Order: sequence, then structure tokens, then C-alpha cells
Amino acid sequence: MKFEYAPAPESRDIARLKPSYGIFVDGKFRAGRGEAVKTINPATEEPLAEISEAAGSDVDDAVKAARRAYEGAWSKTSPAGRSKYLFRIARAIQERARELAVLESLDNGKPIKESRDVDVPTAAAHFFYYAGWADKLGYAGFGPNPRPIGVAGQIIPWNFPLLMAAWKIAPALATGNTVVLKPAETTPLTAITLAEIIAECDLPPGVVNILPGGPAVGQALVDHPGVDKIAFTGSTGVGKMIQKSVAASGKRVSLELGGKAANIIFDDAPIDQAVEGIVNGIFFNQGHVCCAGSRLLVQESIHDEVIDALHARLETLRMGDPLDKNTDIGAINSAAQLARIRALADSGDDEGAVRWSPECPIPAKGFWFPPTVFTGVSQANRIAREEIFGPVLSVLTFRTPQEAVDKANNTPYGLSAGIWTEKGSRILWTANRLRAGVVWANTFNRFDPTSPFGGYKESGFGREGGRHGLASYLESEAYLAQ
Amino acid sequence: MPSKAKTPAQASGSGTNPGRSGSSGAGSSEARLTVRKTYKLYIGGAFPRSESGRSYPVTDAKGALLAHAAQASRKDLRDAVTAARKAFSGWSGATVYNRGQILYRIAEMLEGRRDQFIAEVVASEGISATKAATQVDAAIDRWVWYAGWADKYAQVAGSTNPVAGPYFNFSLPEPSGVLGIVAPQDSSLLGFVSVVAPAIATGNTVVVLASAQRPLPAVSLAEALATSDLPGGVINLLTGSVDELAPWLAGHRDVNCLDLTGVQPAARVALAEIAADTVKRVYAPARLDLAADPGMSRLAAFTEIKTVWHPIGV
Repeated sequence: MKFEYAPAPESRDIARLKPSYGIFVDGKFRAGRGEAVKTINPATEEPLAEISEAAGSDVDDAVKAARRAYEGAWSKTSPAGRSKYLFRIARAIQERARELAVLESLDNGKPIKESRDVDVPTAAAHFFYYAGWADKLGYAGFGPNPRPIGVAGQIIPWNFPLLMAAWKIAPALATGNTVVLKPAETTPLTAITLAEIIAECDLPPGVVNILPGGPAVGQALVDHPGVDKIAFTGSTGVGKMIQKSVAASGKRVSLELGGKAANIIFDDAPIDQAVEGIVNGIFFNQGHVCCAGSRLLVQESIHDEVIDALHARLETLRMGDPLDKNTDIGAINSAAQLARIRALADSGDDEGAVRWSPECPIPAKGFWFPPTVFTGVSQANRIAREEIFGPVLSVLTFRTPQEAVDKANNTPYGLSAGIWTEKGSRILWTANRLRAGVVWANTFNRFDPTSPFGGYKESGFGREGGRHGLASYLESEAYLAQ
Repeated sequence: MPSKAKTPAQASGSGTNPGRSGSSGAGSSEARLTVRKTYKLYIGGAFPRSESGRSYPVTDAKGALLAHAAQASRKDLRDAVTAARKAFSGWSGATVYNRGQILYRIAEMLEGRRDQFIAEVVASEGISATKAATQVDAAIDRWVWYAGWADKYAQVAGSTNPVAGPYFNFSLPEPSGVLGIVAPQDSSLLGFVSVVAPAIATGNTVVVLASAQRPLPAVSLAEALATSDLPGGVINLLTGSVDELAPWLAGHRDVNCLDLTGVQPAARVALAEIAADTVKRVYAPARLDLAADPGMSRLAAFTEIKTVWHPIGV
């Protein structure tokens, strides 16, 4: 059954794109001293704007500005004042929500329905949640007078550009730290617009500094002696390098790294709901999600039924213009990411798994990869072990609950997992045994500012969100003595 | 040629197990020779020697030989990690009431051997019997303190989270897994207990390197552990060279956390760099005040917060 939909695109004018963007340091917008690079629309490969990126000297300026603010204006701001600044930011994001959503979809390639309904509102909610903590920290369970750490260097990925900025900045400011944040090189636009919002909210200069740039800027931030804390979200490989880089420095570090989540479908699961959860788990945001349910573990007796239903559902997904409100699957964020996805998917073919994709027209320009399901995958296959970070699902089977748990945990990662069954006791039994930081039972990929998020094992340490998220930005007695 | 080794009890000049007894000099009765203890490793609930066959001399504060302790090898360390991993599911899955009772049982076992441990601490650390008694009492009380935490920490550190949607959402702390610990080098018993007890209270299993120069009280503690209903493999004790063993502990891919309390600051960085390759949680407090309230930081350092979501609906 095919439904025809007329195009329903959002207007690109809503994004109010400027021809060029720079960096935000010490309360001022200016050109960075690094390279001028074009950020492109991954759905069309057309340039959106030119970014004058930060250089090492800009990192130095930003860290010094953040230090001055930390020791000056921000420490003189009362907790209630910090709280009100954060509430202001939350409301300002809501005011400019549509602009931010369109901008995000243009720069990232994600469908407008996701940027509009998930990224932007959740970012605003995150500021709203942590705003209220700023003047209540003594009640948070970290002692009567918890102290900030100092200057936080924050490095975020391209998959949820604005939301990740909110996850990083909101708890850092609520606890009294100041921030130097580096957005991902391919998606700087919403972070710079957030800097505009922060400037309009009259935060003291230097409290938040935003430095678009590439890996060299991130490395300079990690290595800068004026930074007290590094918060990183990204790949496990880079996370390991950062953890090693800061080992000698005494910097505190929190890492939110990769994942290879198991999504477990027991034979008594509500199949239709589970299929929706499988689709949401791996095809939300084109699979560019560290907690994506990329390993489907299906109980053997219902394997064919689930796969048939999944295929039927995937045939109805619409891939195309991210600004179209009917679009389910947007563009892959970059040519480099597309190449990685293709290489891993090809390894699935080479290692004997069976590839399936729905018939879906692929736009002529831009970076696209169709929703893809591999069946007959074994635990040893690369597509069952390595994070693909794309719309590729690997299907494995199990016979007993214990086998499901063993297979789910058979990975160095431990970020998230899913459980689908109608039996409550089985949910709790399974959730108890999964070595993962977030377990979604009969749902998947839900996020909320009150809900802690973060990994076990090589998926990183530290939590973002909730009361627990405060701890990543509060002084603790234990750190590497210099 | 007879060794001049003294047992710890002899060295202290006191204790319940004096080296020689019944030798009041009366007539023909020969002074009784003591039965000396072989200080071995404690791995998987058993007391093996080092597979390498190596041992090293352990002396008292004045340099007199106390015993030859086992000098663990990399292979012993790997065996210990294997034992700790094997014990993890059972220990982390035990009820908190059960874990609390076992920690309390350890305190009971130590209390009954208080004089022995005082003598061993005196011999190892060269402090007075009064000071050693304070240390041993504090060590026993520390087990009691953490026994009481076992069934409370989740309530303090966990939460239900009021998400903006029709979901029930809760967070709770779970043990991080297998810990590699370098125990304090100076405080042979209290220091050892202060790093091991909080780690296992929350359900972790541990591989711990005892003080290299003062390992004997920890080995004797292992004898108490073995009779405390503590499952084998929950605490695995290695004696030997920290410099030799710690890098292997830091790099082992099946060790989740690294506690560097007993490593000098200058040597910590190299180990932390090795640990980064497996994203280990590294805990390295700038100082360890054994007299202070231990607080919750060690419980928090080696636990992970797990958050579970479920829809609410009819």
C-alpha cells in the first residue's frame, strides 16, 4: 500500500542564515583566526555559510575569558541569579524554536519533525531543568556546600548539535562553572545561534565561549592548562585519547562515548509496538545516535514474524528532503560518515550476512544511505561489534533469556539497551542483568532532562541529566594529584 | 643454619600466639618450636603460592626478617582477574542484606583475632601496641560501617525521575565490575580495609595489590575473609612488587576500574594513561585520611548509574 504525499517543506528562510559566522569569545562575536570553511547542507551538498574557525590562539583567549569570568562576574553572581539566567536561556530557545529547528535540519540533515519535536524542545527543557538546580545545590546530595570545578572545556558531536550543547552548558553553568564549548566541525550553526541567545540574555562576558573548529581546536582545548574539566561526547576512540591526554594534568573528565546497544525482542512482545520501537531505535536521526538500538536480538521462535513486520514497516518510511514535514529519514551528515557506513555495511556482505533495504528512491545530490537490515548476523561480524552510526540494523537471534543477556552484554560498550516483553518480571530480570546505563523497556530512545544518561564500560563515565548530572561539574575529592 | 626470622607475634613481644611457650627453663623440657606460617596469595578463595615460584623477604621496621611473602607474577594477576570476573555475577546479584551480613561477619571474624592483628600490625609498621590497637579497631569498625551501607546506598544514590511523559523512570547505582586496587603502602591493615570494603559493599569484585613492604596483615586478613562466608573470588589478594604488577592491572581489558590510592603521585600518571585505553574509571585521591569519616566517595567512584524507562498505560 503506497500513500502519496504532496511536499510540505518548511521554509528555509525561517533559519535566517547569514553568509558568515565566527566565534564567540568573552561576550563578543568575531572571526576566528583559523581556517575559513564552508558548512554545507548534507541533503544537497550546497554551502550554507562560511565559518571562520577558531585557532589555537582563540582557544587561549576563550579559556582566559572563561577564567576571568569564573573568578569574577560569575562567582559574584548569586545562585538565584545563575538560575534566572538559565531560565532566560530556556525561554529564549523556545521563542526561537522554529528558527533553530530549521537551522538544525539544514546543517545536520535530520528530518524537521525530529529537530522540531525532539532536539529543540528537549534543549530548552534541559536549560529549564538545570536552571532550578542552581540555587538548590546544597539539597542535591553532594554535601551542604558543593563547589564548582572551574573552567569546563566541552566538545560535542554533530548528531544532536543544539541538544548536546544544552546538555553540556546547562549543568555546567547551574553549578557555577564557566564554559568553552567546541561544536562539531560539520554542524556549528545552532551552537553559534545559541551564543547569540546567550548574549541576548545578558550573561556576563566569558561565562560561555563557543569555538567552532576541527579536531585541532578540540585538542588545544583538551591540552590547555587553564581548563579544569573536560566533558566530551563522541567516539570511544577519541574519548580514549582524551582520557589519556588529561591523565597527567589533573583535569577532571567525563566521557559519553559510543555504543552498540542490544534491542531484545522476547517471544511474548507486542510485535507491532516492538516494530515501532525497532524502527525508532535504529532509524531515528538516521542512526546517528550513540545509544541507537543497532543490534536486534530476536527470540528465535518469532524471528520471521518480526522481520516480515519490520520489512513492511520500513517500506512506508519516507527518505528525502529534511525540511519536508513528512520526511522520516534525512541525510547522512557528511561524506566522511557516509563512507564509514558504506564500508561497514560492505563488511556485512563480505562476512556473509544478508542485506535488505526497502525500495526507496535516493536523491541525486547529497549524502544518503537507505534504511538497511542485515539478518543472519553472527556475534563475530564487524556489523555486530562496531558502532556504525548509521541506519544499519544487525539482527541476531537467541533462544533463552540468559542467552539474550549474554549476547547483549558481549561488547565493550554499555550505553543503552532495549527490552520488549509483556511480562513485567522478565523486564526487571533482564534490566537488572544488562550492563548498560540506560535501559528502555517497551520503548526506546526516550530522553528527558530529569533522566540520567551515560554509559557503562567503554561507553564512558559520568552522567548527563537529572540530579546525577550535577556531579560531573562539582568538585570531588578524588582526582589525579598533579 | 637456623633463620633469624621472627614471627610477627614474636616481633611485637605480645600476642596470643607467642613464639615459644612452656619454656620456663625447667629441667629437661625443650623450648617449643613455633609453627610458622607461609604467607601466600589469595585467589578465587584459595591460597596458592605464586605460579612463578617466587617469594621475597618481608622485614619488620628494624629490618629483621618476618617472613618470605609470595611474589605474584603477571600470570597470577590474570588468574586473579579471572577469579574476580567469575565471582562478579554472584556477588553483584546477591541481595544487599546478604552482602551486608557478610561484611559484618568479616568484622566478627576480625574481632575474635584482634590480638593477632595488633601483633601483626606492630611487627609490620613498627608502631606501638596502643597505636596498632587503634588501627585494628578502626579496621574492624570500618567493616561494620560499610556493612551498614550495603543496603542503603541505592536508596541514597538512586532516584525516581519525573520525566515529562507517560513513563515510569528510575535510576539506581550498580557495581562497576572488576576493580584493580593498589592498597595504601603504609597502613597495612586499616588502609587495606578502607579501600577494599567500600568496593565490595556495592557488589564489585576486586583484585588488590597489598602493601609491598607490609603485606603480612593483609594476608592474615584473607584468612579471616575465607571464613566469613565471603564467596571465593570477591576479594583476590596479591603480594609482590607494585611497580611490576600495577601496569598489567591498569591495562587488563577485563578490569573496569583502577584505584591508585596506594601509588605515589609521580607514578600515577603512567598508570592512568594505560587505563585510558580501556576507559577505566580511575580513582586517585590526593590524600587518604584514615581517621576521617569515610563518606560516600568510594561507594560512588565504583558504581554506575543505571536508568530504566517503562511506559505507563492501560
